[in-house]
Order: sequence, then structure tokens, then C-alpha cells
Amino acid sequence: MSASTLDRPVELGAAPPEPEPKKRIPRWVGVLAAIVVWILVWSFTKGHNTLYLAGLDLTDLHVKLAKLGAGLGNNAFTDSVNTAINAIVDFLSKLVALPSAPSPAPVIGWLGVTAIATWVGYALANWRIAVLVLASFLSFGIFGFWQDSMGLLVVTFVSVVLAVLLGLPLAILIGVSKRAATVITLLLDLLQTMPTFVYLIFVFILFGIGAPAAVICTLAYALPPIVRISGFAIRDTNPGVLEATDSYGQSTWQRLVKVQVPMARKTIILGLNQTILAALSMAIIASYVNGPGLGKPVLAALTQNDFGRGLVPGMLIVLMGIMLDRLTTAASERSELIARGGGENVKRRRVILGALLVPVAAAVWYSTYALNAAVFPESQLGTNVANAANKWMDATVASLSGPAGALKDAITYGLLNPMQALLSTSPWWLSFAAILIIGLIIGGRKALVPTLICLLGLRLLDVWFDSMVVLNMTLVATLLVMVLALFFGVWMARSKRADLIIRPILDAGQTIPAFVYLIPVLALFDSTRFTAIVAAIVYAAPAAIKLVADGVRGVNPGTVEAGRSVGQTTWQEITKVQLPMAKGSLVLATNQGLLYVLAMVVIGGLVGAGALGYDVIYGLAHQEASGKGMAAGLSIVLLGVMIDRITRAAAARAGAD
Amino acid sequence: MRQLNTKGARLVAVAASALFALSACGGGSVSDATKANESKAAAAGGDCGDFKIIVNPWVGYTADAYVVGEAAKEKLGCNVTYVELKEGGPSYKALASGDGDVILEEWSHAEELKAAVADGSAVDLGSPGNVGIIGWYVPGWLADEHPDVLDYNNLNKYAKDFATSESGGKGQFLGSDPTYTQYDEAIVKNLNLDFKVVFSGGETATVEAFKKAQENKEWLIGYFWEPQYIHAEVPMKRVALPPYSDGCDADKAKVACDYADTPLKKVAATKFMDSGSTAANLVKAFTWTNDDQNLVAKYITADKMSPEDAAKKWIADNQDKVDAWIK
Repeated sequence: MSASTLDRPVELGAAPPEPEPKKRIPRWVGVLAAIVVWILVWSFTKGHNTLYLAGLDLTDLHVKLAKLGAGLGNNAFTDSVNTAINAIVDFLSKLVALPSAPSPAPVIGWLGVTAIATWVGYALANWRIAVLVLASFLSFGIFGFWQDSMGLLVVTFVSVVLAVLLGLPLAILIGVSKRAATVITLLLDLLQTMPTFVYLIFVFILFGIGAPAAVICTLAYALPPIVRISGFAIRDTNPGVLEATDSYGQSTWQRLVKVQVPMARKTIILGLNQTILAALSMAIIASYVNGPGLGKPVLAALTQNDFGRGLVPGMLIVLMGIMLDRLTTAASERSELIARGGGENVKRRRVILGALLVPVAAAVWYSTYALNAAVFPESQLGTNVANAANKWMDATVASLSGPAGALKDAITYGLLNPMQALLSTSPWWLSFAAILIIGLIIGGRKALVPTLICLLGLRLLDVWFDSMVVLNMTLVATLLVMVLALFFGVWMARSKRADLIIRPILDAGQTIPAFVYLIPVLALFDSTRFTAIVAAIVYAAPAAIKLVADGVRGVNPGTVEAGRSVGQTTWQEITKVQLPMAKGSLVLATNQGLLYVLAMVVIGGLVGAGALGYDVIYGLAHQEASGKGMAAGLSIVLLGVMIDRITRAAAARAGAD
Repeated sequence: MRQLNTKGARLVAVAASALFALSACGGGSVSDATKANESKAAAAGGDCGDFKIIVNPWVGYTADAYVVGEAAKEKLGCNVTYVELKEGGPSYKALASGDGDVILEEWSHAEELKAAVADGSAVDLGSPGNVGIIGWYVPGWLADEHPDVLDYNNLNKYAKDFATSESGGKGQFLGSDPTYTQYDEAIVKNLNLDFKVVFSGGETATVEAFKKAQENKEWLIGYFWEPQYIHAEVPMKRVALPPYSDGCDADKAKVACDYADTPLKKVAATKFMDSGSTAANLVKAFTWTNDDQNLVAKYITADKMSPEDAAKKWIADNQDKVDAWIK
């Protein structure tokens, strides 16, 4: 950023500044200068052309989009998809989850299902996994969520099967064609940058309500891992092996089927594992469109502010995740072992498995006969746990409410409101130009085109003001995330003991569904933007802290040692050596932090934060506003892509430095 | 490894037989229960089968849904599912897709209702007996100490007192669940009120806010409605807006009047009504009063009963009313 740019008035259409000055001035100086100019211009233009749109106001574009949307659903394609998925889910649900009337129980009762699952656990992996499966299934019932658990399993199963059927051909395409790889990767990037909440409005418009919509939401999020991971595994097959087998004159097909896919098998299973976990993490979002499963009680708990009632099914989702994760991992290890021809006596194992089928069949039969084996007996355990959790939460909230209020006010009045004033009460062209220039300074020339496209899109979609409010919350929350990440990340990198204690807490933070902790956060901070920000921090900080910790730890110990030998203080060592050298991970952590935060801040729109998240959910409920909801959904996507591109470009530059 | 395998197999076998033993005690058989359902159905004059009741997220509606649902289970042998959905768009899509059979408390999604009736996916079954009142409310203490706050003309005078960290220097008006029928933002704008609407996120959050405001004598103005059982516990007063006149809410962005009193509606999927299910007649006949609903809502909220238990208790105490629905 050269000095000449500062003298130039910031306005739309101004030529972009010279991106790389010859003499290097640190980037943050440029950003600071741009912000100073922004504030100056803002001070005499504020309040004009902010494109503020009141909650119920629609623009022509929104009305047109609503009409377009109304015509999109209910066509031959969506109808046949709906019918097909409904048929499959209905069949499986009546088999294991829902009562098949007039009988009060599903075709196979809980005892039968549990026995089959345990047997499958043993057949695919080993007896330890079988015990884990058994314990998990019993927990689903004992805590009182048998039906919802089975519902979630059914939706997850159908989604994962579809992800594999669609994903493996795509993966093979990536493996064999570079051009296909570029296109597919771009699409996957988009799917993964998009906050999952946004899927809702489009899926709702196309597929309506019910199991098909839930499956499609889940599929959209679960597809990328298996395509990406398997695709690159197929592509990266050892070139030596390929050359050797090519020399026998094999066809491309032979090479693919006999060499590339088998050699990538282990990685493909890893992709499957990731796909399953991604599918499970959609449980709650899918319940917005009446997807069967454990997400429904969690969502209901959010509307009723009942922490305990959400915590129990939330933890069962986590348990299901652990079970499926261990099961697939162990299954892949076992198949690897067998493929290498070792490990066990196959014949003997088959005999055992066959013999075990007898008690399984007996259990299945019995579960169709006795009511107690068909419908899980009622237990108070889930309710008791929920009540205890609520008691604990009430006490905690009561004791923390004083300092929590002070913290909320400090950050809201000190940071959130002033920044929001600048971003959203600037004339739109001013914020537009300022964001573009700051993006350019941070991300370099590579960030220019994507940022420009995203900003133009945001302007065209007519929810500019709300977009700026969301961008502001995202920036504030990410700033706080990075403060935490630097503090805890450096601490963990420098102290083994700290790492040992903090890491499990971070793991827990990453696995508990965000909707569960939104409730206590809401109780502490009321229906405010700050609630959304805190929930976003809880959601985003663990990943960012881990990235920083690993980055700092990865700094060459020789360099640190050299600094110590010349008498550096600890503070100097951190700020002059460790952090600068871990710059790449810091930028990566920021990128992750921003995207996570954006996803959560949007959900915060449901509990007081307003703006785009509110527009989406209002559009779901009100036909006339559905166009605005779509525009808001697309705006969220554009914000995500813009943030992602700028920080990725910055990361590439940091890596090159 | 082989050792472990056998051991494991045995372990699994032992666990399985333990489960058998566990589930064997008590219960009765599936076929008996199925027959019981069938005979209930026969006694009620036909099959009920699956009955999917849409439940929108407020406790009054929960009361409607569970009372109808538990009555359907008990008297007709239906297989009842409660489908929790947001009101408006999602609920109507569910009627069309077959994911839900009835909406028991439609407030005022006129556009969706008109469209659903027009395309033949839903039928309007008239009132469940409740009349909905929506309005702007303040906690009782505020109405006592500053009675002039109950006239919208004086609201701007007090805007500063209603300000919060979220209202950007204006007064805060507390909206509720973003999916509810509410056009407060339009009213604020069109009456030139110096207020900003902030959404609490849901019924419970709004109820908590009013409770807290009354206890701590805090300034609060917000969207609220009747029937809602909390009126019995927390005094609230309605603020007078320019009175409702026919059609003054036709264009939601231009509303500058109070909410209309809404005779609530039952709306059912056409497919369900034509299916011959005995539950269809139950839905058609179902009617009760605001007091009935508030009582069940109180069981659920204040007495912390599960919705099923609350409904069962009310049904047991009001057999005559329930019998009138089952003809």
C-alpha cells in the first residue's frame, strides 16, 4: 500500500491501488490507513444510501424471486425424487423406527434391531466394537429417544448410500481427468463454504417438507468429503506402480479398476467415515424441514429454552457419531488386515458369525412378539438428566449474569456498535469500495476479482444493509476468536500440560451440536447480537486454537534455541520468532474461524441477532417473503466466498513470504 | 486374537440373553396391543391408521395438538405422530406433501391458506373455538406507574427508556419467534415511532422477558397474544394502536393499525379428509374454549407436566366434552 493511495478519495469506480509497492510497508499499516480514510468519508456521508430495508419491505427483485421460486418446486423431477426417497425412508422407518399401524410397534422391535446392529458390529469389526454398538443402542432407548435415534439412523443411512452412489463416480472422474477435477473441486468448495443453514431455503423451495428434503440437505453436506478424499487418493496412486502395470499394456479401465481403486481403498473408507460424520452433523438443520431424527427434540428445546431437554438428544447424536466413527475405522483396519492375508482364521470366524445368527434371529422374532421387546420400556433417566442439567444451568446463569451483562455491554458498546455504524450506515458505495480496497491489501491481486464479484452480487441482491450487519458480527466474533486462539494456542504449544488439559475441552466443544449450547448462552446474554457472537466463538474457537497451537509447535526448534542463546525474553521469543514463523497457520486459523463464525452468526439471527438469518427463516414461513429469503441465503453464500477467497489469498502470500 | 474372538462371541451371547430376560418380564404381546387398537377402531366405526398432527411452536397450540392426539389414541386407536414445524409455509407444505394431516391453530397466514385451498391440497375446517388476540403489551407495573404509555401517541416520549444495547439509540420493541404472524416493523415505521424491533427468538424467551420485566420493574414493550396462560401469572396491559379496520392490514408493509382479533382456524389436508380415517371426524368436531386451552397450557408450563400427561389429565376431567367430539 503506497502513500499515494491514501491521498486518493475513496469512491466507487476509483482505480484499484497498486497492489505490491516496491518498498514494503507492513500490510496492517495499509489496512489502518484505508480504515482512517473510510471513517473520514463516513463522517460526512453517513446515513445516506445505506439501502436499509425494513423487515417486511421487499424490492422488485425479491417479488420476482418469490414468483420464480414458486414455479420451481413441484415439477416432474422433484416429484419423482420426493416419491422415491419417501418410499425408501418410509419402508425403513416402519421396519425399525415408527409404529406400523395398527400395531403399536415397528416391524422389528428394539430388541431385534439392537441384536442385528450388535451382530453387524461384530461382523464388520470386532467384539469391542460390538459392545460399543450394543451400549449405544441401549442408551438410545434408556434415555427415551429410541424412535428419534432410529429415525436419524435411517436418514443418515439413506443419505450416505446416496452420497456413495453419487460420490464414487465423481471421485473417479477427479482421479482420471484434470479438467473434471477443477470443475468438481470448485463446486465442492462452494458447497463447503456455504453455511449449512442456507441449504434450507433452497431445499425447502425445491423439495418442500419431509424426509426427502432432509435427505437432500444432508446429502449436500455429506457428499464433498467422500468425493474429495477418494478422488485425490485415486489420483495419487503410486506412479511407480502405475508405470509397472502400464507396461503390461493395460487399458485405462483396467488400470482404474484393478490398480487405482484397490490401492486407494483405505483412503476411500476414510472418506466414507468423514461423509458419515458430516451427515450426522446435519441432524438439527434437517429437522427444520421435518427430517426424522434426534435433531427434532434439540430444535424444540431451543424454542422452549429448555437446555436439559436439548442436551440429552444432543449428547445422543454425539454418541451415535462416536459409534459410527469407531465402527468404520475398525472395519477399515480389519479389511486391510485381511487384504494383506493375515490376522485370523476366516473359516472359524464364519462359523462363529453363523452360529451367532441364531440368537439374533431369536431376538428379532421375540421383538415382534412381546410388547416390551418391541417398544422400549419407558424410563425416567432422560428426564432426570435433563432436570439436573437445567438445575445446573440455572445456578450457573444466576451466578454469572452480573459479569456476563457487563461483558456484553462492554463489547457491544465498545466494538460491535461502532463497527456496525461504520459498515452499515456508510453509503453502500463507500462500504463497497472500502471492503474492496481492504480485501486487496490483505489478499493481494488474487483476491481482487472474487471480492469484486461477491460485492457486486451482494449489491444486486438488495439485502445490502443486513449483509453488512452480518459481516460486522462475523468480523467482531472472529477478532475475539483469534484473540483466544493466540492466547490458548501459544500457551498449548509452549506447555505440554496445558495442551493435555485444554485439548479434550476443545474436542468436546467441537462435537456438541451448536444448538445445544445456544440455549445457556441465550439465557446469559438475552436475545442480542452478542448471544450470536458468543455461540459463534464457542463453535469456531476450538478449531482455530488447535491450528495455532500446531503451527506454533511446528516452528523449527533450532530457531527458537538460537534466540534463547542470545538472551531473548519469553515475550520476545513469542512475538519475534514463534508467531511470525507460524504466520501461515495463523492465517489459516483466521480463514477457518471466519467461515465457522459466519455459519453460527446466521443461526443467531433466530434469537435476536436479526439480519440475514432472520430473513431466511422469515422467508421459509411466509410465501410473499420467500424471494427475500432466497436473496438473503445467496448473500450469506457470497459473504462466505468473499471471506474465504480473501483469507486464502492472504494465506498463499504469507506462505510465499 | 482367536481367544478374544471366542470370548467376545460369548460376551455378546450373554448380553443378548440378559436382554431377553430383561424384556421378558411384564408387557404383554404385540399382537394383543394390535388387536386392542383394531377393536378401538372398530368401536369408533372405522379405521384410523396414521394421524399426523402438525404442532407449531407455542404452548397453546401444543395443548390443542396433544389433547386431540391423546383423544385419538385413546378413543380411536390411532397411531399419532406430532410433527413439530414452524407455522405458515412449512406447515402448509407438510399438508401438501402428506407429512402432516392437520393444522389445529391457524392464525393468519391468509396467503398460504388461500393458495392451499386453491390448489386443492387443504380444506378450511373453521374454528377450534379459540379467538386469537395479538397486540402490543407492556408489563403491568409500567401501565400502573405510567398509564399514558398505553396510548401509542405517547410512545415516542418514552422511547429512550425502552432503549437497549440492540436498539441503536431508539426504543426496543420485542418481537417474538421470527416465523410468527407479526408486522410490528411496518407499524413502527408507518406510525413514525422511534423504535426498533428485536426478535426474542420464541415464545419462551418472550414470556421470560415479560416475567423479568415485571419482577425487576424494567421497561419493556413487545408483541404478545391471547390465549396464553401466562396472563394469569404476569399482569400485562395492551397498548392502544390505531384501531383495526377491514383491510388496513392488506399490504403488510403498509400496516399502520392494530392487529385484528383472529378467529383461529383448523386446516386439514384434503387427502386426509378424504381418506375415511375416523380421526378426520374428530378434527372436524374438535372445539373448546380459551379457558380450556389455558388450563392445559398451565399444566405443561407451570406444573411441568409432559404434554401427553397434561392432555390425558384434561381428557379424564372432561370426558363429556371429549365424547362430544367422537360421535
